[in-house]
Parts: sequence; structure tokens; C-alpha cells
Amino acid sequence: MVHADRLYGAAAEPCELLIRGAHVLDPRAGLDEPRDILIRGGRIAELGVAGTLSAPDGGELLDATGKHAFPGFVDPHVHLRSPGQEYKEDIESGTAAAAAGGFCAVIAMPNTDPIVDDAAVLRSVVDAACRHAHVPVGFLAAITRRSEGQELTEMAELRDAGALGFTDDGRPVVSAGMLRKALQYQRLAGGVLALHEEDPGLSGGGVMHEGPVSARLGLAGIPSLSESTMVARDAALARYEQARVHFQHLSAQESVAALEQAKQAGARVSAEVCPHHLTLTDDLVRTLDSRFKMNPPLRAESDRRALVAALRSGLIDCVATDHAPHARHEKEVPFEQAPMGTTGLETAFAALFTELVMPGELELEVVVERMSGGAALYALPTPRIAPEEPANLCLVDLGARFEVGAKGYVSRSENCCFHGRTLHGRVVLTVAAGAVAFRTPMLAQAGALA
Amino acid sequence: MTTAMPRHLISIDDLDRSRIERILDRAESFAEVQGREIKKVPALRGRTVVNLFYESSTRTSSSFELAAKRLSADVVNVRSIGSAVDKGESLKDTVQTLSAYDPAAIVIRSPEVGAAQLVAGWTEAAVINAGDGKHEHPTQALLDVFTLRRKLGSLEQANIWIVGDVMHSRVARSDILAFKRMGASVTVCGPPTLIPRGIEALGCEATATLARLHEADVVYVLRMQQERMRESFVPSLREYSERYQISAAQLRPGQLLMHPGPVNRGVELSADAIDSPVALIGAQVKAGVAVRMAVLYELLVGAPLLAAVA
Repeated sequence: MVHADRLYGAAAEPCELLIRGAHVLDPRAGLDEPRDILIRGGRIAELGVAGTLSAPDGGELLDATGKHAFPGFVDPHVHLRSPGQEYKEDIESGTAAAAAGGFCAVIAMPNTDPIVDDAAVLRSVVDAACRHAHVPVGFLAAITRRSEGQELTEMAELRDAGALGFTDDGRPVVSAGMLRKALQYQRLAGGVLALHEEDPGLSGGGVMHEGPVSARLGLAGIPSLSESTMVARDAALARYEQARVHFQHLSAQESVAALEQAKQAGARVSAEVCPHHLTLTDDLVRTLDSRFKMNPPLRAESDRRALVAALRSGLIDCVATDHAPHARHEKEVPFEQAPMGTTGLETAFAALFTELVMPGELELEVVVERMSGGAALYALPTPRIAPEEPANLCLVDLGARFEVGAKGYVSRSENCCFHGRTLHGRVVLTVAAGAVAFRTPMLAQAGALA
Repeated sequence: MTTAMPRHLISIDDLDRSRIERILDRAESFAEVQGREIKKVPALRGRTVVNLFYESSTRTSSSFELAAKRLSADVVNVRSIGSAVDKGESLKDTVQTLSAYDPAAIVIRSPEVGAAQLVAGWTEAAVINAGDGKHEHPTQALLDVFTLRRKLGSLEQANIWIVGDVMHSRVARSDILAFKRMGASVTVCGPPTLIPRGIEALGCEATATLARLHEADVVYVLRMQQERMRESFVPSLREYSERYQISAAQLRPGQLLMHPGPVNRGVELSADAIDSPVALIGAQVKAGVAVRMAVLYELLVGAPLLAAVA
């Protein structure tokens, strides 16, 4: 089922639901007060003063007093691992994890096995999403064949087959000349070029941020410059070619500075940042727990602060999880051997709420807005809690605490960098594209049929 | 009044100064045993020590084996070559298999940072890190401190220079921590390409030349590995030797010379330095057995120090 332009999910029954008394926070709509939300046929039919609306005929009434309703989150960066690595995750389990985290849409990366670098592979994942996805999925295709940085993919055909945009994510486009051709070709094919910025000559065999902690541990470092020099280079290329690029998972304060310069100079660039880079630092790598191994790596406290400030100011446009599931046997090895990546869909909001909003470092409305900021960057409709809009929202109990991983994960993998932490802000209901994609069992009991 | 030993020895960070001193004191009493005709005490009779070596090693593996045998333990040596490890068995499975034999201790050497710490999570045995990648080699640091304490009486106020490839050296990391903990000041010196950024956070100074080498009381020279040249950390061994090789002529009277072995003669050390009377290299090797006996004893038995060992 095609939900919007280039967004694919399984057909689900449009919900008939009254959410009563939720505190609705939709910063874009300027809404920040208790409301009844009436959903009919999967669309928001009416927003009423709390306690005034009644449930639709044959529909359900949910008492949401004390809970918050937010526009559904949109994640522009997830790894669903299908095809080829279904032992880590697949479209069904990954989108179930997304729904459990309050996401109403996700964008999947093409670094699967095989890589999504031709229309046939793309059609196969689109088809799988139409059958199994709990929330709509958009797909990026590779910029270069096998993401090897040597030859362009058939970008125009891939766009026709449904690609939202292009990325060689997991790897940089090393050659400036190669990237320049892709940027030129974008004028024909369209679609955003999303870039994993890393100069392999600088990052080498690095496994963590370069600094005092890597010096202490004897681990090869990935200097911040390996990212920021590529951000600066590619911003210059984008400007020269008047192209549209998106910087993925920024991690370093030097990259923030390069992004600021690029935006001030008028380059058509945007950027995302991950919850783990906003909340954790390389100090955690002292534990040598491979859950803290990801690329880009956790960096210093000054980097973390710069990222938070850039997200608040809007310089960084949105939050992305870079949800990167890996099997237990792959991560249960010495740090240097372990693959890079952390899961993040189920913990993104709670991590930001607990680690940034509760201590007063970031405002709740900023987090809520940036959690769906990725949609517009890929020309997808931004979820809104407003009459006539398709129902894309989540209901969150900000007072509910949970220990991450204590009851397992919805994702097939358990390599979550927040594992064992107590987080506040539990998602209790997700409505995606007009259908209930996730609800906690507790909520089911509280709900009463009208 | 005695401080309890940690369950495992993964890092020098597991030991405060009083624990280090306790291990060294114990090692002194075992060193005395080494002078006897029958060099054996019954402390670990009936208990098993597994030596799990994923990397080639001569002195560390043989001294751990001797140490365990001289404490009367049963010893199992597992090397990656010719074992199930060779057949692709994971570290976790190997450790769980060996743990089924109920060893009192597992001594592990691995090319991977953090291997010993992982092993500690998978076994009931006490785990002793015999070197994990470029991270740490705590028993080497303990025998270095032991050797220096014997020579100097105390490391307090001693000025120790560590010269060479600090970046790739687990010995350097454990030594910096241990020397600092014992009251010494530490300077690391080597080509800037082989001094890791941020090393000062360990509490040492860093310098690129030997110009102030005369300030050192102890010159601790690291092994320079051939492959560092191929990786362009240094342009040639010739240039490295010219700038960083320690010869007898460079040492002033009263300075002590150390090296963890094995030495590349004519690269980081000249032959006359190795053979000079201020070189403690032989004493370091000799200390290895007594110190490793002390580590095994303290982790596995840990009785009050004044108890008789014989």
C-alpha cells in the first residue's frame, strides 16, 4: 500500500478512536493543551475541548488523561537489514520497533546484502514493506553501485521505482569527483543525496573517538576532522552544483561549525543527529562494552553540547536514530572486532526526554518538533495533529519509567547503547497512517469500548 | 587491616598503591623461594590454572606457567594454534568450555583490547590479563615496579622516561599508570606519529626528542616493531635508530635502563647498552616468575601477608 509519495506500508484498518483528555503538544500548530482527539476513518475528524467529544459509533474510547499526544515521529535513518541480514532485523520487526518508539514513518538505508543499487532490489523491498511494514517505510537507494564509490547507480530509474533519495550510508563517497557527478545527475533524477561523512584516510582503522579515552585504552581513534573536513568539502560541492544534500548522523563540534558556514553561504544542506550523540560521550567506551561502538563514534562532552545547541537552534534539522541492529554473537566479542552500531528506535524519545528535557538542557517542544523534522527534508508530509490530517501521532506517558531491555526488545536485536538505563517517557500508543501500529497491553485494558 | 584484592586483575586501575605494595611484598617472599633447591610451595595444590594464549609469547607464557607450577597448581596451556580456536570457536565458547573444568584462574593473552574483561564476565574463575591488545599488561608493570623498587628502594620522586612506540604499547600504558601510582613522574618520548593524542590524560608528559634524557633516573625503552615502518609511522628504521636508539654513551652514570623484551638489537637499543651494567633487562625477566606467583597467590589465596609461605 502506497501511503504517500514513495512511502510504503502494509494495509491496516483505519482506526475509529477517541483519545480523551490527552495533553496535545504540536509545536508547529502552536498547540499545547489538553484536547480530545477524534479519529474517524484514520483521519483526525475533530479536536475538542477535553472531555467534550464522544467516541465514534463502533469505535474505541481511550482515556488519555495525564498522557501527552505528539505528532508521530519520523526517522530518516534506520537499518532494517532486509534483504540478506534478516537474522539482525527485517522489515516486519524493524517497523514494529519503530511503532513501539512512537514513529509513524521511517526511512531505510540501502546497505543491505545485496545493496539496494538497482530497481529490482528496490522493488523487492518496496514489495516486502507493502506486505509487512507496521509503519510506512521510505527507501533510499545507493549513490554508487555496491556503494563502492566507482560508478553511479541508475538513479533516474531508481527514483521511478520509488527511491526517496540516495546514500552510500555506512561508507563515504570518497572521491570528490564521483560525488560531483552524482550531484550533477541529481538534476535529472531528483531525490536528496544523504551523505555519511568520513575521510577514511583520517579515520583509518579507528574504532572510537580519538582523544584521551582512546589514548588510555590503546584503541585506534577516529578524529573529529575525518567527519568535518568531508562536511566542508561536500557542502562546497553542493553549492557549486546547486545540489541538495543531507548530512547524516553528525557527531563533532567541528562538523557543526562546517554546517553553519555552509548554511550561511547559502548551500542547500540539511543535517540530522542521533540520540546517542546528543546524550552520551566517549567516556562510556572505558567500559569496553561493544554497545557503545558505533560509527560515527561517541565523542567528547564539548561535541555533545555543540550538537544539542545546534539541534535547539535548528541548525541541525532533525533527530535520526541510525537504528543499527546486530546479532548478539556479533556484538559479544572484543570491542575492536564488534561491528559498529546501536539500535535506537525504541529508546529515541525516552532517551532525549530523560537525558536532555528533564535536566533542563533542551525544551520538550524542541525535541517533539525535531523528532519529525526529517519528513520535510525528504519531501514527505509532516505529521500534524489537526483536523482533516491523516492520523499520525503517538501517545506518551512522560511519568512512566522503564529499564531499557529489562523486558527485552521489540527489535530482533538487543545492541542498544541505553541498555540497562532507567528512562522516563513511555510510548503507549502509536497511530501511523491512520491505523493503530502499536499499543501497550496496559492501554488496552484501560480502554473501553464505547 | 589488609585491603582485599580484586577478584580479577584486568588493569592497573584495579590496584591502588597499597595493593601493589602488598603484591610486591609477597613477590619478595616468593623470590626467596626461587633461591632454594626445591622452588615449590603447596599454596595452590589441587587447583587449576588455565593459560589461554591467543598471541605468541615467550616470557609471559613461560613465567605464568612456572609461577603456577611453583605454587603446585595443575596447569593447562591452551594456544590458539592447534586448538578449537583454530577451528573458529568464539572466545566466549572457548572460555565457557574451559570453565567447565572449574579452573581457579584463567590467564589470558589476546590481541584484542578488552578481551580479559569480557572473559571475566563469562567465567567463575579469577581472570588475569596477560596482555590485551594495545590496552594493558598489568603483570609486566608489576614486575617492572618490583625490579625498580629493589634497585631504588622506592619509586617516589623517580623520574622515569618511556621511550619509543607508545601508541602501540600495552606495556607503556600499564607502566605509566603503575609508575604514577607509586609516586614517580613519567615522561613519554617518541616520534610524534607514535605518541597517541591525549596521552597526557594519563598523567605523563610527552616529548618528541631525547634532548632532556639526562633528567631521567630510569630510561624504559619500548620495542620498535618492523611493521610500523610499512604503516608509515616512521620513514625508516635507520632514521628511527638515529633519533631514538639508546646507546651506552647516551646514559649518564646512575641512570637505569629497562626494556620489556624481546629486544631488537641495534634498533631501539645498541648492543653496548643492552650489555651495560645499568641494564635491568635480565632482572625484569627474573622478577616475572616471583611477581606472577604473587599475583596468583594474592588473587586465589590472599591470606594475611605474615603467614608463612613455606
